[in-house]
Amino acid sequence: MIVAVLSGKGGTGKTLVSVNLASVVEGDSIYVDCDVEEPNGHLYFRTEESDKNVETISRLYPVVDSSKCLLSQNKDACAKCVDFCRFNALARVGERVQVFDQVCHSCGGCYIVCPARAITEEARPIGHVYDYKVGNTRVLSGQMQTKQAFGIPIIAKILEMAKGSTLPTIIDCPPGSACTVMESIKDADFCIVVAEPSVFGAHNMKMVVQLLRLFEKPFAAILNKYVEGAENPSETLCEEENIEVLHRIPFDVQIAHYHSEARIAAEEEDRFKEMFESILKRITRRFGGEM
Amino acid sequence: MIIAIPINDNSDNTTICPSFGRSPYYFVFNTETKAKEYMVNSAAQSAGGAGIAAAQLLVDRGVNVVIAPRSGQNAADVLLGSGIEIYRSVGDNLKANIEAYQNGLLNKLSDIHPGFHGHGG
Repeated sequence: MIVAVLSGKGGTGKTLVSVNLASVVEGDSIYVDCDVEEPNGHLYFRTEESDKNVETISRLYPVVDSSKCLLSQNKDACAKCVDFCRFNALARVGERVQVFDQVCHSCGGCYIVCPARAITEEARPIGHVYDYKVGNTRVLSGQMQTKQAFGIPIIAKILEMAKGSTLPTIIDCPPGSACTVMESIKDADFCIVVAEPSVFGAHNMKMVVQLLRLFEKPFAAILNKYVEGAENPSETLCEEENIEVLHRIPFDVQIAHYHSEARIAAEEEDRFKEMFESILKRITRRFGGEM
Repeated sequence: MIIAIPINDNSDNTTICPSFGRSPYYFVFNTETKAKEYMVNSAAQSAGGAGIAAAQLLVDRGVNVVIAPRSGQNAADVLLGSGIEIYRSVGDNLKANIEAYQNGLLNKLSDIHPGFHGHGG
């Protein structure tokens, strides 16, 4: 079973929930950190760098040979590649085509539509993936290089690495509701939205809920930093939108303390272990007890 | 000389739009013929690369000068690479800026910002 953990805004508790759930699975599990822009899951599952399997991930960028491009003969001759690109990664600048790497999504369309075969694709590294084991947990994570703006190929790679396994898998998603999140949840059997009691949190949670409904994913919420009796816009949203609340994690200084020191709360105190076990149990029950 | 300015509305009473790539219209003005046009910016709805596509529209329209409060790096690359000059607007009054440009009172836009990319996914 694959469980994806999401949130609207960052800092609501995705990693807290993800690493603790992965930790309380009985037997082997997989923890996948899909936040390749700001990965932090590896801080909770520590091992020697030399014990990690590392792979470099590249992606293809178009390179235009201006001498072959039809624009070199006539500046109005052709704009097929420019017109084709729905991400506007190419522009006709004078007598040549300029490529904007940061906007390119590596679809390869420009390469196909060029009548002069002036475009070739060049692989360039964009980041790394890491695969290693700590105790019973296999950790898969990715890290995008600086100056890169598009981490989807890294996310796709780590999810592909996780796919071959039947082990319970927890996916720690990037924050928000953009392409990186869609990529991260596409194979998930169940999704958990972690929300904090703030107006901003509820606002962004709503966007994630819309996304999950669009993808027709079964999901439920965990209300983190929960204070009994206090105003909670995220809880109100759950009531209004008929969203099941799996658990209310109390606003507990001890959890924050462990988490800030990159310690897994469930491995530090029995009461937290029991809490995350009960959350896991509620999820597994929805899948006939199989996790 | 053809001037293009990002504007908020397709009317004479409009104001200059603070965004170059995502402004809904451009005021396109031919200083010789005095012909004016409210050109729809079809790039404004792009998921990404709006500045690049908007700049391409103006290049293809034969524009020589852009007057705008600011421009992203990608849009500036396309405009400047195509020989279009970019001047910084002062205030948001359309007519006043055209007059100021014609009287040589506007400065070239020098501090190009790096753009606002990656917020739409």
